Amino acid sequence: MSSKKIKTGTVADWIEYRLPIFSFLKHLGDYRTPKNLNYMWSFGSIAGIGLVIQIITGIFLAMHYSPNAVTAFGSVEYIMRNVNYGWLLRYLHAVGASMFFVAVYLHMARSLYYGSYKTPRELVWFLGLLIFFLMMATAFMGYVLPWGQMSFWGATVITNLFSAIPVIGDTIVQWLWGGFSVGDPTLNRFFVLHYLLPFIIVAVVLVHIIALHVHGSNNPKGIDVKSKKDTIPFHPYYTVKDLFGFGVYFIIFAYFVFYQPNYLGHPDNYIESNPMVTPEHIVPEWYFLPFYAILRAVPNKLLGVILMFSSIMVLFALPWLDRSDVKSGTYRPVFKKLYWVFLLDVIGLGYIGANSPEGIYIILGRVATLYYFLHFLFILPFLSKYERTLPLPKSISSKL
Amino acid sequence: MKKSDSAPKKKVTRRDFLVLSATAVASIGAASAAWPLISSMNPASDVLKLSSIEVDLSPIEPGQTVKVLWRGKPVFIRHRTKQEILESESADWKSMRDPESDASRVKPGHEEWLVMLGVCTHLGCIPIDVSTGGWFCPCHGSHYDASGRIVKGPAPLNLIVPDYEFVTDTKIKIG
Repeated sequence: MSSKKIKTGTVADWIEYRLPIFSFLKHLGDYRTPKNLNYMWSFGSIAGIGLVIQIITGIFLAMHYSPNAVTAFGSVEYIMRNVNYGWLLRYLHAVGASMFFVAVYLHMARSLYYGSYKTPRELVWFLGLLIFFLMMATAFMGYVLPWGQMSFWGATVITNLFSAIPVIGDTIVQWLWGGFSVGDPTLNRFFVLHYLLPFIIVAVVLVHIIALHVHGSNNPKGIDVKSKKDTIPFHPYYTVKDLFGFGVYFIIFAYFVFYQPNYLGHPDNYIESNPMVTPEHIVPEWYFLPFYAILRAVPNKLLGVILMFSSIMVLFALPWLDRSDVKSGTYRPVFKKLYWVFLLDVIGLGYIGANSPEGIYIILGRVATLYYFLHFLFILPFLSKYERTLPLPKSISSKL
Repeated sequence: MKKSDSAPKKKVTRRDFLVLSATAVASIGAASAAWPLISSMNPASDVLKLSSIEVDLSPIEPGQTVKVLWRGKPVFIRHRTKQEILESESADWKSMRDPESDASRVKPGHEEWLVMLGVCTHLGCIPIDVSTGGWFCPCHGSHYDASGRIVKGPAPLNLIVPDYEFVTDTKIKIG
């Protein structure tokens, strides 16, 4: 870089000499990507635009929202009725949360099918899981802010998960609440954290991308890039493809915002919170339902909580549970079928989580939970040892 | 790192001691500085200040449950019927998940009054009255008997009996 000292340069040269921003942009422009990426690879950038939309709409909502147990519910209705375009901002933000989760779940499903978590991308996977974890915390606290019945009782149930910790559990829960129950101090701190965490997510996303760019994207064949012939520049090829993905995403997004803004919410949250009455049927937002079903699968509080956290933690062990050298599910005939069974199992858990824990749903919940863990702890290690995989193509470019 | 750096030169120097002790002191300092921040999230002193309430029991009919708010949580006050008392006392409590006799959950001489926190010991929902006696938590399906003891479902403990006393025969003080 020192050789690039320029006497009569442009303003850009002057800046580049002091802060190499332009060569960084050039890296992004030159960044080469496998040429065979399919549309499943669009969901990373779609999740990125989802995060940006949440942050922008959230900043403007925060200008009108009042994080106080007495005024919070009213201020949300005030946004809906009096603030210019307040209804639009709020519906974009509420629907946007669901859309963000859709993108991230598809992004994760892509990774699971094509083995993108395998070496050398384990840390990309870890950072992604960290983002997922932060997202869940942010979404949970955001849902508390309107201070309706679901907000209040959702907050009560989730914070009470920590009371399962032996000995110090109750102390921790009171520390989380700032009182003897979910109340004003709880709402206030949740608002602060809900505003803070998205920026931390942005930081982790950047590290996620830096780690990704070290070895580049995986691809549908799951084999390494052998030569330049296997790749194309990210720009313009994938920028254009991603923009097309944005278009489709925005159409679905707009359908929900303008035609079904409350479809993914819960009507009980339009009732102001009341510490004396629990709604008859507490359900979390749809994106938490599979984990909620796992929590309820065992009739033991501590075990249920441990199981629920394990269902996410087991994903961290995935690169070592699935040791098959073949990354892509396309060349793993048995894995491919069981992958779809696993996805159905997760969707089934979501369905069970939405229903009352009575009768048949208790048994179904247990079977589905058992299968969830069986897939990771038994099926994947077994397959990576005994599955007969199909022959891999010689390179991304070759026909076979 | 150069190879020569990792040569077998294991002698502990005075500099190692300085680095280690300085790091230890700095860590303790950082932890001490974090403590006020963590502690500030605990219940504030006005919240902690023991709040107690008095409740007049005279308007509560047998078979009726009244809910009052105490420390932001509901307290159930149940005027039990003769049959409920009989059932609660004769139940085989020793084989329950959280073994407690009915007598230890009420005040002597006031067996008709059951006073407890209306907060499910599983994850904090408010259980609802069951017409046959007892309570059911709609959130995760915990069942409590007519003495508020856990009989079925994920909750680990019986509904909690708070500290309370009879001021007169028809008035209690909770807290």
